[in-house]
Amino acid sequence: MTTRYTKDHEYIRVEGDAGIVGISDYAQGQLGDVVFVELPSVGKTLSKGDEAAVVESVKAASEVYAPVSGEVVEVNSELEASPGTVNEDPAGRGWFMKIRLTNESELDGLMTEEQYQEFVKSIS
Amino acid sequence: MAEPAHSDEPLLKTPLHAEHVALGARMVPFAGYDMPVQYPTGILTEHNWTREHAGLFDVSHMGQAFLVAEDKSHETVARALEALIPADVLNLKPNQQRYSQLLADDGGILDDLMVTRVGAPGHEGWLYLVVNASMKEQDYAHIEARLPKGVSLKRKDELGLMALQGPSAEAVLAKLSPEAAALSFMMSADVQIDGIGCHVSRSGYTGEDGFEISCKAEDAAKLWRALLADPEVKAIGLGARDSLRLEAGLCLYGHDIDPTTSPIEAGLIWSIQKRRREEGGFPGAARVQREIKDGAARVRVGIKPEGRAPAREGSVITTPDGREVGIVTSGGFGPTVNGPVAMGYVAKDVSAVGTDLHLIVRGKPLPAKVAAMPFAPHRYKR
Repeated sequence: MTTRYTKDHEYIRVEGDAGIVGISDYAQGQLGDVVFVELPSVGKTLSKGDEAAVVESVKAASEVYAPVSGEVVEVNSELEASPGTVNEDPAGRGWFMKIRLTNESELDGLMTEEQYQEFVKSIS
Repeated sequence: MAEPAHSDEPLLKTPLHAEHVALGARMVPFAGYDMPVQYPTGILTEHNWTREHAGLFDVSHMGQAFLVAEDKSHETVARALEALIPADVLNLKPNQQRYSQLLADDGGILDDLMVTRVGAPGHEGWLYLVVNASMKEQDYAHIEARLPKGVSLKRKDELGLMALQGPSAEAVLAKLSPEAAALSFMMSADVQIDGIGCHVSRSGYTGEDGFEISCKAEDAAKLWRALLADPEVKAIGLGARDSLRLEAGLCLYGHDIDPTTSPIEAGLIWSIQKRRREEGGFPGAARVQREIKDGAARVRVGIKPEGRAPAREGSVITTPDGREVGIVTSGGFGPTVNGPVAMGYVAKDVSAVGTDLHLIVRGKPLPAKVAAMPFAPHRYKR
């Protein structure tokens, strides 16, 4: 199991040929209280960097970008009723979608946990 | 996720800046000031706390000024201001406050403001003005350029201003100043709070009962701490201030009202008293009187999206069959409503409460209905 991060604060936790995508703890803290999440349809094909989901706080809407290319195979529909889960448990129950990767080598361009923590330190 | 934009402009600080930092606030640039958007508990908690207890807001960034008539006559100063705004200033009682708008010659709104007839002894012929932070330089220049001889504007940048809002506000203030707590809505008094000389008015921007308290900048932190010492009071940032005023149906300048909107389109006719409607004599009076008589072509309405998705400022409004009829000017999540709320301008023929509309959000039509405002009932102490 490998977790990788983008500079836009999405994470992808890869298990086998698929990855769970969400936003980092830093990102949820910056957003503040999440009040709405718009998820993609299952079956949608995304290219790395595509707008994959929308997360809205009281103040503003933010895009969640696909950290890798692939097909959306599952979404966390629990977020529709309980968007606050993104704040409470971003790495766990607050996940957004599961993507089946079409190009695993894209993971090499993402940050490791350690690199991401360094990155967060450098911008905060 | 997209990063918020940062500006390199040097930011001004209110007299309470260090208090916000000490409380762990997230500071953001707002109208040229470094302001608290939220404290560690977050906007939802702050919003709900204000509706259920009492919230304390730093609004020292707003512009406070006096208009002063040399001849010490209320009539002189009232006439001077009535030439710029459509409210009845002449008939203000001492210590009474009114909401109004600075109007352009075409009837567009240059800013909205609060006007109080100063009641302190020796201040006959004084009006106290509070204008928006982002507009104060323009407002002061606009006003000064139009004042008659013998009336002058005194800006009071050395004052702090805070708002105590919510159902517990009266009980909290009563412990410190029974006189201030006894004020009725839109009245004001000069009182001592904890030994600090303050000007207090019963008003606010949340839809809740509450007070706005002005004091010298050097006393502001002491007053802030005295109010926050009450367990019913928590500090509230600009984020919740915005969601509270949106639920209360109150306009935010530069968003819901601006130089392209008239007070009648904006639904602010209540702020133009009968004498002024009839007599006119303010900038844009011809348009305002025409719109009162014939109705405005478009009007500001409340809008309730039917799903959970908020529609933000700038969302296009259409009829269900796709005819473009307006635009959202404020929109977001209403914590008290527990759902999305918005306001915007629509064509007169689709402005009745209950009318079905679509809001275009990320390219998709979102069903919504015209809704009565306020979304959360006003609880003013009249």
